[in-house]
Amino acid sequence: MAKEDKKESLLKRLGESQVWKSIIRSGVPQSRRQRMYAVLGNVFLHLHPARLPKHAVKIGYTWCMGGLTFFLFVVLTITGILLMFYYRPTVEYAYTDMIDLTEQVPLGIMRELHRWGAHAMVLTVWLHMLRVFMTGAYKPPREFNWGVGVLLMFLTLFLSFTGYLLPWDQLAIWAVTVGTNMARATPFMGHEGPGASLLAIGDINLVHMGSDVRFALLGGRFVGEATLLRFYVLHCIAVPFIAMIFMAVHFWRIRKDGGISGPL
Amino acid sequence: MSEEKMIPQASIKSDSEKQMDRKGFISWLSLGWLAFAGATGGFFTVMIRFLFPNVLFEPPQSFKIGYPDDFTIGKVNTNFKTKHAVWIVRNEEGIYALSTVCTHLGCTPNWLEVEQKYKCPCHGSGFRKTGINFEGPAPRPLERHAIYLADDGQIVIDKTKRYKWEKGEWETEDSFLKI
Repeated sequence: MAKEDKKESLLKRLGESQVWKSIIRSGVPQSRRQRMYAVLGNVFLHLHPARLPKHAVKIGYTWCMGGLTFFLFVVLTITGILLMFYYRPTVEYAYTDMIDLTEQVPLGIMRELHRWGAHAMVLTVWLHMLRVFMTGAYKPPREFNWGVGVLLMFLTLFLSFTGYLLPWDQLAIWAVTVGTNMARATPFMGHEGPGASLLAIGDINLVHMGSDVRFALLGGRFVGEATLLRFYVLHCIAVPFIAMIFMAVHFWRIRKDGGISGPL
Repeated sequence: MSEEKMIPQASIKSDSEKQMDRKGFISWLSLGWLAFAGATGGFFTVMIRFLFPNVLFEPPQSFKIGYPDDFTIGKVNTNFKTKHAVWIVRNEEGIYALSTVCTHLGCTPNWLEVEQKYKCPCHGSGFRKTGINFEGPAPRPLERHAIYLADDGQIVIDKTKRYKWEKGEWETEDSFLKI
């Protein structure tokens, strides 16, 4: 009995201390209501719904694919930041730095985690979309969030594509050469695309090899030093930044559209 | 307490003198929005332009490769492949400059002297010495670049000009240097 009392008073004192109150605001949660307040008042916890329908935690229904995708994104962000401490995006160093990362840097597995995590994330994105499609969770009122999800899928693929160049080996260079050649055929914006020849002043073509969308992507007329740097910046900063904005919208809308969809 | 007394008298007096009417407010608001839209649009334009540098650190598109006598009849010269992406081929009648960009997906084939063909390592397209495709997925022959003599007698290659066989452009002047 005395022990119980002591525990009680310790918790009480903790809950009333200024440090606790300044961080958590409400005291040590004792009731459901207080627990709800604690969740709503915390920036990290409030992203999660305060309450869930029972079926939402059934692994057979969600496969947890969206959660896994986000988990992998976090893993890739952390391992990616670690890789950035060693990797230099220049023609001279990129390949050897990548080799160093696997063979010489402590915990060489960090690069493999990033690489395999990236492959896994593409997979989980597709499986997540398959699940959403099969359970009809793309239907109104969730149709907008499906659209956001499709954008996120493209961003994931683009992250994969830009990351593919960074090892700067033969496979990377030629795969990206082949891949970016598709941008030549972009309507109006690619110099070999439909409509590009219409954008001309007299004899001067406005959209040519040195001014089209492929050039903007590569930073030159062919895959070279400028391309490596551009893809590095896109891969490490620009695309993750855009993806994070859309992810915030995606998670927010899951709750605003009525939580995880119910069983059909 | 009456309602009038609840409103601070001083502020209502000083404001009413320079108060903006509805029309004035809306025109200032539109002006503000226009300025905002203009500034944002301008900045985005600048951002796009920023991606197109004024100076490229690439080999020049037009360059001299030496004198016609430097090239052996019947040989494919691969000296300019790495830097300029062209093969210089000399035959009995003259010289032509073949682009080293595979017409399938843009990889760089290799000249195989023994087999007398250009062979692409990516997907196996093969081209004859002339540039005509004969095996693999390449849909059309390699392209040729403009080739002509400069005043000092040296050969000039101009990569901004391309001649395609399927359009009958290999008959064009400058697609082939007669010697």
